[in-house]
Amino acid sequence: MPHDHHDHDHLSPSGHPYRKDNDGQLTYWQTMEIAIRELMVEKGELTPAQIQAQIDAMDARSPANGAAVVARAWTDPEFKQRLLENGSDAAREMGFDIGPMHLVAVENTSDTHNLIVCTLCSCYPRNLLGLPPDWYKTREYRSRAVREPRAVLREFGVELPADMTLRVHDSTADMRYIVLPARPEGTENLTAEDLAKLVTRDSMIGTGLPKAP
Amino acid sequence: MTLSPGTKVRIKTMAPLGHIRTPHYLRGKTGVVERVLGPFKNPEQLAYMVPAPTRTLYRVRFEMGHIWPDAEAPQDTLDAEIYEHWIDQDAP
Repeated sequence: MPHDHHDHDHLSPSGHPYRKDNDGQLTYWQTMEIAIRELMVEKGELTPAQIQAQIDAMDARSPANGAAVVARAWTDPEFKQRLLENGSDAAREMGFDIGPMHLVAVENTSDTHNLIVCTLCSCYPRNLLGLPPDWYKTREYRSRAVREPRAVLREFGVELPADMTLRVHDSTADMRYIVLPARPEGTENLTAEDLAKLVTRDSMIGTGLPKAP
Repeated sequence: MTLSPGTKVRIKTMAPLGHIRTPHYLRGKTGVVERVLGPFKNPEQLAYMVPAPTRTLYRVRFEMGHIWPDAEAPQDTLDAEIYEHWIDQDAP
C-alpha cells in the first residue's frame, strides 16, 4: 500500500508518477491565512522571524525524538513505568516539549501488538515523531486500519500470529498515541544510544517492527 | 457521575451535523471503559469558538468482532476516545 501507484499513465523516467503541480488558485482558507498573517505582522503582533522560527521548530522534530524515548524505556524500567502511566510527563522529563497534547504510550508485548490511526483526520504525535508520512493521512489507511488492520499490517510486511491480540487505537479526541515496541532479542548488551538506532518511525506507529541488531 | 474502568457502555446512535468526534462506525456499538482521561472542553463546540462545557473523556474499548461481524480476528480490539455526552447511560 505505501507504494501503490494508481495512475500509471504519467510516470517519470524513474517509474514514479509526476506529482500534480500546485499552481492553481489559492483556496479561500489559504487566502485568509496569508491575509491574517500579513495583518499580524503589520500590526506588530508577530515578526517574520518568529514565524520562521516556529516553522523551523516544527520541521526539526523527527522520529529520533520518539526513538530516544523508546530506548530509554527499554533500558530504564522505572522510566517505562512512568511512560505507560503518564506519557506526557515522561516525554517532558526527557526534554521533549509536548505542548498541550496528552501522550498515551501503548506497549507491544509477546502477546499484544498495537496500531495507531486517526480515522477522523491526521492526529499524530508530531512532537515525538515529526510530520506524519503521507500515507498516514490517506483515506485508505484511515479507513482500512480500523476495518481490516491485519490485512493492512501484512501489506507493511508485518504478519501477526493468529493468537496475538491486535489493539487498534483510533485517536478521536485529545490524546496522541505512540507504540512502545517490544525490545528486539539479542540486544542485551546495547546502550540506549545504540538501541535508539533500531527504533523506526513505523515501529512507533505500529505498522512496523524495530530493526534487528 | 464519572464511570469507572470496566463499565459497559453503549455509544449513542445520534447523527448531528457539524464537527463531531465520535466516528460513525462506533455509533450504537457496545464497549467497555478502558480508562478515564479526565475533563476536557468539548471540541464539538470549541471548533465553532462558542463557549464549550467541560466533559469527561473516556477511552472505550470495543471488540473487532462486534464492530465488524466478518472481522478476521474477532478478539482484536479497537480503542477510541469518547466524550460522555456520546455515552448512552440508560442503555441496558
